[in-house]
Amino acid sequence: MADNPTTPTPAAEMVNATINGIKVQVPKGTNLIEAGQRVGVFVPHYCYHKKLAISGNCRMCLVEVGGPMRGPDGKPVLNPDGTTKVTMAPRLSIGCNTQVTEGMVVVTNSPAVQQAQNSVMEFFLINHPLDCPICDQAGECKLQEYSVEFGKDASRFREEKVHKPKQVDLGLRVMLDDERCILCSRCIRFMRDVAKDDCLGFTNRGSHTTLTCWPGKKLAGNYSLNTVDLCPVGALTDKDFRFKMRVWFLKETKSICTSCATGCNIVIWSRENVVYRQTPRENDAVNECWMCDAGRHNYKHINAASRLKKAFVSGKETSYADALKQLAPKLKAALADRTSVAFVGSARATNEELYLFSMLAKGSVSDCVPRTWDGDSFLVNADRNPNSAGAKIFNVAAAPMGSKFAAIADGIKAGKIKTLVVHQEDVTRRGIGADLLAKLSLLLVVDFRPTETTKAAHFVLPGVTYAEKRGTFTNAKGRVQRVWPAVSLGGEERSDWEIFRDLLRETGQPDRFADIVALFADMAANVKPFAGLSLEKIGDGGVQLG
Amino acid sequence: MAAAERKILTARMTQPGYSVRIEDYLAAGGYAALKKALAMKPEDIRAEVTRSGLRGRGGAGFGTGLKWSLVDRKSSKPIYLICNADEAEPGTFKDRQIIHRDPHALIEGIVCASYANDVRTAYIYVRGEFAQGYKILLAAIEEARAKNFVGRNILGSAYSLEIFVHRGAGAYICGEETGLIESLEGKRGYPRFKPPYFPAVLGLWMCPTIVNNVETLANIPVIIQMGGAEFAHIGTPGNTGTRMVGVSGHVNKPGCYEVELGKITYGELINGLCGGVPGGRKVKAIIPGGSSAKIIRCDERFKGKKRDGTAYDWGWQDVPVDFDSLPLVGTMAGSGGVIVLDETTDMPKAIANIAEFYAHESCGQCTPCREGSLWMAKALHRMTHGHGQKGDTDYLKGIADNIPGRTICPFGEACAWPVQSFVEKFRDDFVKLEK
Repeated sequence: MADNPTTPTPAAEMVNATINGIKVQVPKGTNLIEAGQRVGVFVPHYCYHKKLAISGNCRMCLVEVGGPMRGPDGKPVLNPDGTTKVTMAPRLSIGCNTQVTEGMVVVTNSPAVQQAQNSVMEFFLINHPLDCPICDQAGECKLQEYSVEFGKDASRFREEKVHKPKQVDLGLRVMLDDERCILCSRCIRFMRDVAKDDCLGFTNRGSHTTLTCWPGKKLAGNYSLNTVDLCPVGALTDKDFRFKMRVWFLKETKSICTSCATGCNIVIWSRENVVYRQTPRENDAVNECWMCDAGRHNYKHINAASRLKKAFVSGKETSYADALKQLAPKLKAALADRTSVAFVGSARATNEELYLFSMLAKGSVSDCVPRTWDGDSFLVNADRNPNSAGAKIFNVAAAPMGSKFAAIADGIKAGKIKTLVVHQEDVTRRGIGADLLAKLSLLLVVDFRPTETTKAAHFVLPGVTYAEKRGTFTNAKGRVQRVWPAVSLGGEERSDWEIFRDLLRETGQPDRFADIVALFADMAANVKPFAGLSLEKIGDGGVQLG
Repeated sequence: MAAAERKILTARMTQPGYSVRIEDYLAAGGYAALKKALAMKPEDIRAEVTRSGLRGRGGAGFGTGLKWSLVDRKSSKPIYLICNADEAEPGTFKDRQIIHRDPHALIEGIVCASYANDVRTAYIYVRGEFAQGYKILLAAIEEARAKNFVGRNILGSAYSLEIFVHRGAGAYICGEETGLIESLEGKRGYPRFKPPYFPAVLGLWMCPTIVNNVETLANIPVIIQMGGAEFAHIGTPGNTGTRMVGVSGHVNKPGCYEVELGKITYGELINGLCGGVPGGRKVKAIIPGGSSAKIIRCDERFKGKKRDGTAYDWGWQDVPVDFDSLPLVGTMAGSGGVIVLDETTDMPKAIANIAEFYAHESCGQCTPCREGSLWMAKALHRMTHGHGQKGDTDYLKGIADNIPGRTICPFGEACAWPVQSFVEKFRDDFVKLEK
């Protein structure tokens, strides 16, 4: 494993080649796996990963490579029909470490290549436990997938398998089964080159080679679980997810991690309205292929039994419609004097929610809870709110964020502020204690979980988490990115933007938002940074605000 | 022609009373070549080495002058020289003769080669098992330093060189030049893929690096002393100089013999110099170039035409000891270690032993070699321990056929070729084990 920290950067110069007879033009420096992908030719591979240093060890991507035959004068030799004569190299080449050159001819489906793929698969499987029925990777295992496509139907192995450590605890979150490991070294390269935490390595030699942590080290950094994603087999598993659910039962929903202002693109894996795991979704503008462990495991609140599924009026459970009916006249009356109302919005809310919240709060004091912690130089932003940018754009947050809390507390204490509307925050932890909340004549809280603030509230309307709604977040770099509903609790809870729309309607504002598309269109028409945008334009990958 | 040794490299060490001390080396004319070299221009020394036709003595027989000419001299990075003293190929024990018995010949060679290539830092990567050799080299370097043959401003010239001795940790694969470089950098001895990691361009610490075998470097002072053209008269055209050949196995006088390349046949070497097979038994087969070379059966006939058009019709005894003849008979000169197997040899047991070695030494990087080497060893162990099954012979051959040409380094070939050739040439012996 030499120090080649990055795959070659493709220069602007383009080169032409044919892969299985298909013409392809790629930037110089592109390797054969990537070039094949451009024209729909799949070259199987284990150790190669486009974001990691090339290792070339798995030998799964062996292909036939040839080029124009050159005569003694150095010029290409021509066939009688005027085409260039091609000579194929006698040895197969690994696609990961072979760059496309002008006139190259690549064959990935010849008998020689198929024989090589078949034999490499056999070598991989002879010492593999083949314990798919009890292996967590089953269903998303590259050994299984390539076995079907490139392997043999039966084993001819007559010897005893190599035995290695099982259930090796590598650290806080990752479990290793060395017998399943195919020694591709992806995890080692990721920790060394990307996470900059060189903690993994191989000991022993040959077929007894064993993945392990260096003495005195643990795989415990905040990026350790990316090795589980990278592991093509069932060697590295996430302790949180292992044995919980078969992957083929899981539904994949695109989403955004809301644990900090980076906004890593993710996939939420759920079944029957329970979230089982979150994994990174590739987006080179944000998080490449990675995410931090903290964000990945920050989904338990979605499944929590304590979630609010009903509305509450003075602590008593009731229907949403009934609560809204009781709330409407009180809120309308309170809003008559805007100076007597304070709003605590949430920088964890979507842009759409913040847009509607800002309409509700117009003319009153409002602020959001800032959350700053230590960031790192990789993905974790010091701002742990996913949408501080949005909270600022819509003026829901004060400048600086959180600076109005003391004033709100004082206003309540002085009796000037009689009504408080809170979205998804527990203000008792921000200097507005239960004693102050008790002085309010109207406390309305929109939240998805019970807090000290919801306990004190006159009205609680049940909202949802990011995993249950549509909408957009604006990350620290001003990139707007979408979320989609993955699960639903099936109670009376609803998307927070619908609650705010209902409040606006009930307090006398025109009802103009039929759905999230209409709401976004309205926002794009009225809020300058979003001008010209639509949910469709934002798509899966997000859009950078101007 | 009576078979005889041609002692050039081994001339001093075989003299009675000769020791590793620098006084003995100096008394025998040592370090004169260095003095001569320092008066020459580096490029002139390189030209002499090219003219000499010297080929690498490590295994591949690559032209030393050509190897030196490939070094990237425009990179503005330092150029390193590494002496590959990780002699570990089974059946090979020539480099250790130089290290243990005439270390100054190696040191002088390293200084001359380093001067010729503008190298300021040289390394000797010595096999971990050579504990004594390591000590001898360290002591010899200190002796040479005391006499200003090594160190700053060598013999009053502007040229300075440091030589470091690095002991390996007992891995065969660290004799492969890129594996060696990784190991020298403090990493696991994993060979690097080429391109782009050709040592001449991206070698040690990603700098241009020359990796030469011990015996190769020991030849450099000889070439400087006699001149490249004169050296080229030793041996035969294309196979110049002498070679230290280690002969082991079923011979009366096993040992390391220095012979003129192409001037002696394997028959003369084994039946003449080595005194033939003990007990009047017959040779069954020979492994001519270390255990990774394909085996030759004693009753094979090799017919064909050489590259220059001359026809040959050889039995094993007629094959000349040089680089280019063995490929004509389907094997290779390799590291020069000859293993003789007589008619009492159990071929499956012999290859089981070799296969076990390769299974133990596979670095584990590439899948076919990592898994295949141990698979072959296990199959052979089973077969030679009374548990052979129907079809085992083809099964074994099938494993071996799937390894060569599919790995980063030539270890894939090294572990597969012996098995392939044993099974091909002694098939009946393996079929007999099937039950």
